[in-house]
Amino acid sequence: MKMHAAARDAVVEMPEHVLDRLLPMHLRVDADGIIRHVGPTAAKLAGDVAFVGRPLLEVFTIRRPSGVETFDVLLRASDLRLGLSLKAAEHMPFRGVLMHLPGEAGAIVNLSLGLSFARAVAEFSLTLSDFSATDQTVDLLYLNEARTSTTRLSEHLTRRLQDAHDTAQHQARTDVLTGLSNRRAMDAELDHLMASRNQSFSLMHLDLDLFKQVNDTYGHAAGDAVLTEIGKILDQELRRNDFPARMGGDEFLIILRPAQSDAVITRVARRIIRRIEEPIRIGGVEVRISASIGVASTPDYLRRPPLAQLMADVDEALYTAKRNGRGQISIFKPQLE
Amino acid sequence: MHGMINRALQGFLVDTYGRDVWEEVCSVAQLRFADFEAMLRYDDKVTFDCFEAATEILHKQPNALLEDLGTFLITHEPFAPLKRLLRFGGATFSDFILSLDEMADRGRMAMPDIEMPDIEVIPLDENRFRLRAIWRLPGVGPILLGALRAMADDYGALATLSLDGIEGHRECIRIDVFDTAHSEGNAFVLAEVPA
Repeated sequence: MKMHAAARDAVVEMPEHVLDRLLPMHLRVDADGIIRHVGPTAAKLAGDVAFVGRPLLEVFTIRRPSGVETFDVLLRASDLRLGLSLKAAEHMPFRGVLMHLPGEAGAIVNLSLGLSFARAVAEFSLTLSDFSATDQTVDLLYLNEARTSTTRLSEHLTRRLQDAHDTAQHQARTDVLTGLSNRRAMDAELDHLMASRNQSFSLMHLDLDLFKQVNDTYGHAAGDAVLTEIGKILDQELRRNDFPARMGGDEFLIILRPAQSDAVITRVARRIIRRIEEPIRIGGVEVRISASIGVASTPDYLRRPPLAQLMADVDEALYTAKRNGRGQISIFKPQLE
Repeated sequence: MHGMINRALQGFLVDTYGRDVWEEVCSVAQLRFADFEAMLRYDDKVTFDCFEAATEILHKQPNALLEDLGTFLITHEPFAPLKRLLRFGGATFSDFILSLDEMADRGRMAMPDIEMPDIEVIPLDENRFRLRAIWRLPGVGPILLGALRAMADDYGALATLSLDGIEGHRECIRIDVFDTAHSEGNAFVLAEVPA
């Protein structure tokens, strides 16, 4: 019992400036709940009307535990974690703990800024020297700010990687010469179409006539210029839904979707051939070529054919067209059993 | 070396000497890209080669260039967040100097894999300090010298700083603080009210 009394005296007699340094956000309240002393940082929360001399419950709202209306009730929450806010700044929740001092000495309430630390530090203009050497609030502020900066850098990098990725993907799927899709893109598109069974489509295989002569007579540069021109024609003559691709050399594959009637296919194919047959001026010379087109359409089959079958049938149609002479169109018709 | 550090070197060279010089550095150092990426990592040799190329192209003493780099890190406006993070170290320049032995840990709190110099602070008396610093690459002494001089200005402190030899691999700096509140300095607000 004697020990206890000695310890009690030690607390009561603790010099004010010691507590101010250790707990700069503390308040000392007398037995009647009146604030008698305020730590230097806690004093900064007061604004215009100083805390000292006012009842604690007039300055603060106790949010946790709930139902604390009188100081006597609050004293029973001694040693518990308190949630409280200034009546003058209800939007800024603080964390606190109250310790009931022995006898009639009242209580000490220590505050911390809790999770609203960044807002609170700004709103009450707190500085580095407002925090005790052991308080890690400043480290939290530092981390908070460092995180904001690094997150911004990461977002920046992610955005640029995304753009680079998109560009690379586009380049990987584009035929450099004509600007049309390339074989890789066509294969992917066909795989996608074959996987979605209810999408009908017509497949057009276009092969240039007399292209070899252009290459042989005027050189590869002229041949490249012709291919570029074909790219433009296909781009202009097809609808947005259609999908033209250069498969290599002077070979083009075109998906028309949905599948079209023979009449429409013939009209589209004729129009393309007519445009290709227009003389193309390259440098000083005028080049004339033509094209043959073979077609197969999925609705012409009883069952959806495998891709290999469809490709073979389109090829056969193209050879038929070629056999019939320049600038011809042939539509494959499967044997219906 | 962390991309942030390479990026800072690039930023310093581009901003101080122009894009042309940077392009020359890239070509002499045989970089296969035009810009460092802050969030990626690079071999230490790349950093070293870039720096060496810069000293050749600019005909600069390595230490002079490193000191300028250090000053740039603190005074260049776009790096203001870095200076702010350093100001968290202490309320006065002397407090800040004493906090430098925590700088590596602070840096790692912000970016776990960044290579921060390891700094030992030896207080000689209340106003005189000796730093012993070591880093992945040689040259941390002059970089710190430039950066700390700029920090002294920022705090408004009157201080002299000088290189003070090399002990083992540790590069030393001597700091004499004459007045911690010699001029206004730049205000440091712990947190700003968001606009």
